[in-house]
Amino acid sequence: MSTVAALDVVELKKTYANGVEALKGVSLTVQPGDFFALLGPNGAGKSTLIGILSSLVNASDGDARIFGVSIRTQRSAAMRLIGLVPQELNFNMFEKPFDICVNQAGFYGIPRSVAAERAEKYLKQLVLWDKAFAPARAMSGGMKRRLMIARAMMSEPKLLILDEPTAGVDIEIRRSMWKFISAINAAGTTVILTTHYLEEAEQLCRNIAIIDKGRIIENTSMKLLLSKLDVETFVLDLAEPIAALPAMPHVKLTRVDEVTLEAEMSRQHDLNSLFATLSTQGVTVRSMRNKANRLEELFVRLVETGSASSGKAAA
Amino acid sequence: MSTNANLIALGTITRREVVRILRIWMQTLLPSAITMTLYFVIFGRMVGSRIGDIVPGIGYIDYIVPGLIMMAVITNSYGNISSSFFGAKFGRHVEEMLASPMPSWVILTGYVTGAVLRGLLVAVIVLIISLFFTRIHLYHPWVTLSTILLTSIVFSLAGFANAVYAKKFDDIALVPTFVLAPLTYLGGVFYSVNQLGSPWREISHANPILYMVNAFRYGLLGVSDISMGVAYAVMLGLAIVLGAIGMMLLERGIGLRT
Repeated sequence: MSTVAALDVVELKKTYANGVEALKGVSLTVQPGDFFALLGPNGAGKSTLIGILSSLVNASDGDARIFGVSIRTQRSAAMRLIGLVPQELNFNMFEKPFDICVNQAGFYGIPRSVAAERAEKYLKQLVLWDKAFAPARAMSGGMKRRLMIARAMMSEPKLLILDEPTAGVDIEIRRSMWKFISAINAAGTTVILTTHYLEEAEQLCRNIAIIDKGRIIENTSMKLLLSKLDVETFVLDLAEPIAALPAMPHVKLTRVDEVTLEAEMSRQHDLNSLFATLSTQGVTVRSMRNKANRLEELFVRLVETGSASSGKAAA
Repeated sequence: MSTNANLIALGTITRREVVRILRIWMQTLLPSAITMTLYFVIFGRMVGSRIGDIVPGIGYIDYIVPGLIMMAVITNSYGNISSSFFGAKFGRHVEEMLASPMPSWVILTGYVTGAVLRGLLVAVIVLIISLFFTRIHLYHPWVTLSTILLTSIVFSLAGFANAVYAKKFDDIALVPTFVLAPLTYLGGVFYSVNQLGSPWREISHANPILYMVNAFRYGLLGVSDISMGVAYAVMLGLAIVLGAIGMMLLERGIGLRT
């Protein structure tokens, strides 16, 4: 097994010409084969970091190595290893998807015959083949997003960076994209994903970093991060209306309406005891769901904590 | 990247440029054909027949043919690269190239090759049109070919620098209107600088287009107002300086990378 990290970011800094410090010394390691989530609120520095990794933004200081290859001293070799799906649509709308893909491969020095085969393969896998020879501008938003994934796959990169690939895409297409990206990852490609759909990150990613105000505020495995969530709130839909709140030890119950309860409970306590107590009091639960996505709750907490501590530091 | 990979990348950019030129031929090839036909009709036939010979033995229409071809080459080479590269910047698909392993020289050479090919294609079209009005004698084929290539390269590189610095479409229209057009008209396309009095004759020598038009005229007609050595020095010097500027812009990412 390779010991070289897929991505090793070392003290990366970026200050824009207008004085904005987008990255204040970011260090990060992503292991080969990982499916890694890079999360952060808007303006946190995610796109700047991805811009530097894909050589679209010049770093002010620090370095990043892609499978041991420095983006500063061996830019060309490093770029050969990366595939990028940017946040904004950035292909020529007047060109045909097939040509966009074949040209992309050409920029990587891949012969046209090989490129044509790959274009057909990836456009078919992403269900775009029937649109392959019509101008790209005629495609729907979801198709354009999938085209950018197909284009990024043309060089068959070892590291695929996806910057909000499913933004504005309906759930059906989003799920088909998840399936495709998961298969790519399972085949050995390291994937870095940024997204505002935290459910997406929770489902797909094994490790996670949260960036805020140009600094990494959390970098751990998804499992460990989620285990930090000590309290969860469940919404219980009841079979019949209740007049008063049932008495429950260790659980804080709140009545939302006559047939809905919210149960806030520690992770130390199991759900079986909750249901048993409710059952003995004649309350039947028809269905149950998490009040909020678990990762979403943690994310908000971490970012709020980060903001509060940076506010204190500033004060 | 390896030499073979660089050649594939270079071929990809060139091919994409040629496809673009041919796809929008009504914007890239037709305007010069119409404009130059009008020049031949008005200046060559109607006005030229009353002017007589500028140089003994060479009629006015014959005299202006090289300048008009060169005018078309300059306009088209410059316009092709400035609009295509700025369009790629504006539409953000320049990022496809900037995020790829392609070295800067491949990007620059690819765009310049596309612009030179358009320049040559338009030159051939204008040359064919000119044959309806006069007969062309090719005196120095290598001078003709090298001059047209060097001129096209120089103005492609200048157009590239313009596209890199441009922030809006107006910025790529300014230079052709306010710089290229005056320099071309005052660069000896329609007259010999030797006909000018001092100091205009001396001032004209600061205009690089004068050297290109005269070198090309020497290739086609065997006459020139200036020495070929100076003309080649100017063209080569400009190509080297503008090439270095283009490389510097790409390497540093000025106007391209934040």
